[in-house]
Amino acid sequence: MLNKIWGGMILVSFLCAAATGRMGQLSQAVMEGSGRAVTLTISMAGMMCTWTGLLKVAESSGITRILSRIMAPAVGLLLPGYRKDGEAVSAASMNITANLLGIGNAATPLGIAAMKAMAKEHKGHKLPDRGMIRFVILNTASIQMIPTYTATLRMQYGSTQPFAITPAVWLVSAAALTAALTMGRILESRWKHG
Amino acid sequence: MDRLGEWILPAAATGILLWGMLRRVPVFDTFLQGAKEGLSSSVSILPALIGLMMGVTMLEASGALDMLSAFLRPAAQWLGFPVEAIPLALLRPFSGSGSTALAASLFENISPDSFEGRVISVLLGSSETTFYAVAVYFGAIGVKKSGWTIPAALTGDFVTMAASVAAVILLFGV
Repeated sequence: MLNKIWGGMILVSFLCAAATGRMGQLSQAVMEGSGRAVTLTISMAGMMCTWTGLLKVAESSGITRILSRIMAPAVGLLLPGYRKDGEAVSAASMNITANLLGIGNAATPLGIAAMKAMAKEHKGHKLPDRGMIRFVILNTASIQMIPTYTATLRMQYGSTQPFAITPAVWLVSAAALTAALTMGRILESRWKHG
Repeated sequence: MDRLGEWILPAAATGILLWGMLRRVPVFDTFLQGAKEGLSSSVSILPALIGLMMGVTMLEASGALDMLSAFLRPAAQWLGFPVEAIPLALLRPFSGSGSTALAASLFENISPDSFEGRVISVLLGSSETTFYAVAVYFGAIGVKKSGWTIPAALTGDFVTMAASVAAVILLFGV
């Protein structure tokens, strides 16, 4: 999908620049854009490393494990038909905890482990069940408690209060997650697998 | 509200480290290990960011982004949505690095502390790369049919868009 989007961006830019006579600016953009990515990554790397370093301490000291144990009963409700003490629920809880803390690197492998465990417990079915779909819907929503990456990006561009958007992010994330799961719930009973 | 924002990072950092010390974790060694992982993941997303930053900068320089904005402006104004944030809302479900690149290029001209800048920030901070998540998780178990996942997830993305404006107005005023 991204292949088409990226190709499309370049093609549209070329055609547009040709039509409006901005080929000079376009040429400059090619050279500048790529350099800008490097500058941005380097200038954000300090904060990103600080954050992943802190999260590693959180992980090693058991915060992740404690949080995911607190989370497990709620996750059990989200995934109907799976054993409450099974691998699926435990991996899903760990994935959700990693997402809450913003440990993206850990969240994806844990989420994949949860999907595989669900597929194993639910063997013999070609189609995903309600639990799997709810779990993926949850992962398409953002539940990160501290929007470090966005705040760091804001700081790079001169924000005097990079984290001031955090409460707004909480409200919006909660609204979006509720809407997505509710819509999922509505469609669950009406969807015809075709 | 700004006060709460100021507290978040120092409080989280101190809390985590204090808890770590109480649990007798070698905090600095562990920090270094995590920071190293952060560095390698920053570097590993760099190629994608280079490609997409180039694409976004080209769209901007060619005037294509302005044309899109001009086309969308009446509808955006009617909805009270800052027109600059619409391309971001459209790109967000498809590409994480693309959204970073676009937000960064928007911030070249829009202050992150302005109304538009805050909406852009909240939009970026409260959404995920929907299509990537669906592809990765269902792909991992070899399921091709995702049922009602995408309509439900996109409902969430649409709510993110509308709620970002509402939350910024509610918490910061216009």
